[in-house]
Amino acid sequence: MRDTFIASLSELAARDPRIFLITGDLGFSVLDAFARDRPGQFLNAGVAEQNMTGLATGLALDGRIVFTYSIANFPTLRPLEQIRNDAAYHDANVNVVAVGGGFSYGQLGISHHATEDLAIFRALPGLTVVSPGDDWETHCAVAALAECPGTTYLRLDKSSAGRTERPGESFVLGKARTLREGSALTLVATGGILGVALEAADQLSTEGIACRVLSMHTIKPLDVDALIAAARETGGIISVEEHTVHGGLGGAIAESLLEAGVVPRAFYRIGLRAGFSSIVGSQDYLRTVYELDAPAICAAARRMVGAP
Amino acid sequence: MIEPSAGDTLTPSLAERAAKTIPLAGRIRRHALHMTSSGGSSHIGSILSMSDIVAVLYGDVLRVDPSNPSWPERDRFILSKGHAGAGVYAALAETGFFPVEKLATHYQNGSDLSGHVSHKGIPGVELSTGSLGHGLSVGAGMALGAKLDGRRHRVFVLLSDGECDEGSNWEAILFASHHALSNLCAVVDYNKIQSLKPVRETLALEPFVDKWRAFGWHVVEADGHDHEQLLDAFAQAAAHADSPTCVIAHTVKGKGVPFMEHSVLWHYRTARGEEFDAALSALHDGSDQ
Repeated sequence: MRDTFIASLSELAARDPRIFLITGDLGFSVLDAFARDRPGQFLNAGVAEQNMTGLATGLALDGRIVFTYSIANFPTLRPLEQIRNDAAYHDANVNVVAVGGGFSYGQLGISHHATEDLAIFRALPGLTVVSPGDDWETHCAVAALAECPGTTYLRLDKSSAGRTERPGESFVLGKARTLREGSALTLVATGGILGVALEAADQLSTEGIACRVLSMHTIKPLDVDALIAAARETGGIISVEEHTVHGGLGGAIAESLLEAGVVPRAFYRIGLRAGFSSIVGSQDYLRTVYELDAPAICAAARRMVGAP
Repeated sequence: MIEPSAGDTLTPSLAERAAKTIPLAGRIRRHALHMTSSGGSSHIGSILSMSDIVAVLYGDVLRVDPSNPSWPERDRFILSKGHAGAGVYAALAETGFFPVEKLATHYQNGSDLSGHVSHKGIPGVELSTGSLGHGLSVGAGMALGAKLDGRRHRVFVLLSDGECDEGSNWEAILFASHHALSNLCAVVDYNKIQSLKPVRETLALEPFVDKWRAFGWHVVEADGHDHEQLLDAFAQAAAHADSPTCVIAHTVKGKGVPFMEHSVLWHYRTARGEEFDAALSALHDGSDQ
């Protein structure tokens, strides 16, 4: 996703001189081509994320479309107040990009586990929050976010669901994509863990449990219509996110459905329940440890439909 | 300021220019006293401390157009010490950005004139602040953008001394000198008192000038209540082409009201009743009318 992001932003920057990329001194080798080809549209702000975000706001208020870039929690939680007060309150076109959602940097430890970001950014007024599930969604999201007025957050995962787009398909911010049809259950996934949800759906299908799979690449604004349809037309909803269960995708689904007066027949959140992870490991390893993998999704689905 | 008229051929002296900004400072102080008193808000000491700086900027130095607040070539001013917002609202009203009558709504229910300066619905405010340590980074971004585009407007950011405790400022200070943002001018309202105690008893800033210089800034010191010195300091900043300039303005917290001067109390206390009358009387008697 990271390489797709840079390639897509490079294409945009070649066409639109307003595009401006600021890194917080990260992106070794991956940003070199952008820096070389677009020297007037690139800046390394140093290891100073608060200043990076303030700079981005100042540049954006004078007409630029700015992307701030760093990994895990550095471009998000460290300058959270700058994102809230400076960028978002001023409707500045600042697009915060975090590389390494969830356990993408699983071996690096708690500082690099980005597992609360979706909940936090959902809470900021006016923000558009996007967590693509594959490279195509990432590619489309970059252009969509640049055009989107105001401040946005783009969470990029190390894992990707692979190519899921259909010929002629168009990407719309705030509109979920239906990747599998089925009426037993709906799996609603966000981020690279979408690939795990699809794997689980394929396994469940062989057991006669046909699942609808929604890629909810946009967490805010949330596609409530797609969720209402899923609640009405299928036997239950399982949310899938590599993120705390508190306040992320699962929370957003529960809040909006309950408020809409549409209660799914069953509901379960696949997400991080254990709190901080003091153990490390690969993204796949930690997904297994914390029951975010395909067997865990399948088990939840079987329980939900009463299958053995 | 208002653009010089086409017929001007003589450059006014500092004294002549100060003769216009000094009365503006007096009006800002009196407005701020009324606003904080009727609203029951804090920070009158901080506003009185910076009133001369704000008057010199809005009355003379800034190239802005009240009839076209978003004029692209305007100079940008950011009040990073947002708690003194009433002083900027007063300056904007007095220089024609919005009617003076609006000031009476400050701090009232439903008002958009918040205690900490806000841009929403207020012509002329570039940046809403209130949490310290934000303004200089945004100002540096504006200055960088202007420099990249070859545009000639300048960016001014007014900070408090206590605000210099915030690490984010030092990120911006490093950045601005590294990128030689000579179109950026920071002003520190150095009244030597912060929220609870004197600066030297909280987190000492001295040797303050040396710190800015060590970070690569051009530094000009001025008496922050002497309009001619301030005008001269801003002229030096404009003439300095190699690096950003910091004007360290030595000020007195509560300046203009003797019983508020040098006092932490008036960071918080609201003047009411006899105190209000005495303060207003002092401001009428002052030399800045």
